Amino acid sequence: MRKLALICVVMVLAFLPPPLLGEVDSALLQDSVTVDLPEPPAPPGNVTATDNPNDNGRAIRVTWELSADDTTGMKNVIGYRINRAEARDAADSLWTEASDILPSGTTEFIHSGDGEEDGPDYFAKNYDFYYRVHALTADTFSVSAVVGPVQAKDNWYNTGVTFVLLFVALFIILTVTFVRIARKGKELYIRPLAGIEAVDEAIGRATEMGKPTLYILGLGSAADIATIASFAILSRVAKKVAEYQTPLLVPCYEPFVMTVAQDTVRAAYMDAGRPDDYDEDSVYFVTSSQFAYVAGVMGTMIREKPATNFYLGMFHAESLLLAETGAMIGSIQIAGTDQIAQLPFFVVACDYTLIGEELYAASVYLSREPVLLGTIKAQDWAKAVVVGTILAGLLARLLVDLDFIKTVFEVSV
Amino acid sequence: METAAFDVEVFLWMTLGAAFTLFTLSFLYKDNPLYKIAEHTVVGVSAGYFLVILYYNGLRPNLLNHLFVPETWTPKFDELWYLVPLFLGMAMWTRFSRKWAWVSRYPIACYFGIATGVAIPNEMKNRVVEQINGTVLRVGFEFSQSGFLGVPQGIWDIVLVILVLASLVYFFFSKEHKGWFGGIAKVGIYTLMIGFGASFGYTVMARVSLFIQRMQYLRDWLDMI
Repeated sequence: MRKLALICVVMVLAFLPPPLLGEVDSALLQDSVTVDLPEPPAPPGNVTATDNPNDNGRAIRVTWELSADDTTGMKNVIGYRINRAEARDAADSLWTEASDILPSGTTEFIHSGDGEEDGPDYFAKNYDFYYRVHALTADTFSVSAVVGPVQAKDNWYNTGVTFVLLFVALFIILTVTFVRIARKGKELYIRPLAGIEAVDEAIGRATEMGKPTLYILGLGSAADIATIASFAILSRVAKKVAEYQTPLLVPCYEPFVMTVAQDTVRAAYMDAGRPDDYDEDSVYFVTSSQFAYVAGVMGTMIREKPATNFYLGMFHAESLLLAETGAMIGSIQIAGTDQIAQLPFFVVACDYTLIGEELYAASVYLSREPVLLGTIKAQDWAKAVVVGTILAGLLARLLVDLDFIKTVFEVSV
Repeated sequence: METAAFDVEVFLWMTLGAAFTLFTLSFLYKDNPLYKIAEHTVVGVSAGYFLVILYYNGLRPNLLNHLFVPETWTPKFDELWYLVPLFLGMAMWTRFSRKWAWVSRYPIACYFGIATGVAIPNEMKNRVVEQINGTVLRVGFEFSQSGFLGVPQGIWDIVLVILVLASLVYFFFSKEHKGWFGGIAKVGIYTLMIGFGASFGYTVMARVSLFIQRMQYLRDWLDMI
């Protein structure tokens, strides 16, 4: 009977509405909410923050071990977030987010910025920073121990490009060696290139027809190797044009290129003994907008009807537009670029095309100066070294551990 | 059924765009005054536009903001080394004087010196070392894996290496392309031409899609009329 009475009392209490339970039961209810709070994941362990190597001192590398709840344990970690502060015991409000949420499984983050002091990504070098890593779940997080101080420092030498340094050094040695050989008077053979041999013929044709020669340096800056090579060819072409007393037109895309081209052409006219024939307006600026430049040059082509067109330098999508217009007006066209994607258009629409390195070698071909011939010979030996390196690398891959070969050949910047 | 409100401003801009498109396409017939209008407008507008862009994206952030406080234009004295590029830039203006034009050669020399110094390692890295890297490290000689046309990938890898080396041989200038050497060089130039053909077809497709976009623009404009 006593048992039955106890059960009845418990059942009545269980079905009473909460307001009737009074203050004691409210407290019990709150306790149950506290118990339901999500449990934070285990924090990331063994956090390190070190200067990022081989850079300009604007980055710090942060590494950590995965939270025990990332791929094991509760398996509820959805990612990590890196925080940075300027003091170890900085208040939470002074810790800034150094990263977005990094996916789970991530164990490394390179926090980088730039030197623009007023910019949003400014990263001070040689300055103490502290880092901590948050492990995040869907509704809570945990924080690692704070690490630091750590400073981002400038590095004088980038070990990732040692292989590049070796090749530059080798190429310099080869160049100096062959230039010295050439200076001693040894005759060096270079095979004929049809595009180069046609230069004189093309300018001669313009002279016979009494029409101008059009020379386009492309869209590259004056610092691009293809443009530099083109300046050298322009010098030879301008000299020949001056000798033949044929008009020359050089519309330019970049103001600085125009400046250098003006000096180049002026010097060529002086070399030819005709400084008074040089017309400064023959080398002129059009615009630095790609297709506006094309529209302008195409208009010039249609109106001036040049007998000979040279397209030598760096070209992009305008290559076919220019070359097609030149073909339409019946010009003889010689093109050359190191932009692989544009070469097909020149091959299709021009009479002669200098492919890649042929453009670099063209100025040597035109001048035939013994010293410059030495550089061609050096280039060939450098290519032989490249062939040898590829074969040696492939052989080594078959015989030696791949990771070792990767450390030798992999380049990082 | 609701109809979209006719926006006069949009219509006028679209008409202008359509007119310039048609003016430019008229070049296909022959040079004419309409093409000249389009040509001179686009050249003039772009030249002016780039002058402003150059000032706001180049000159101001890279030079003037280091020498003057941006809002007040009062001089700053903590980064005086920026006076060096300022003087070099101003030296280019001496080209307007026959007497002092020689001064402009100094900034040109500085530019070429620095640019060449920067270019040499970059070119060596991008055009030589990474090509070697790509050939040596990316080729796996996996004969068990099926590749293009069902031929084992390892066979294609061998073909790739042979064609890379043959293409390199084509660019040897100091040896006559005769005999076995000439044969390898010929394989090299054929390789290049096959590559160019593929690239040509791919790019022409992209250009045709641009043309289609332009035609769609004209169609949309016609729909508005």
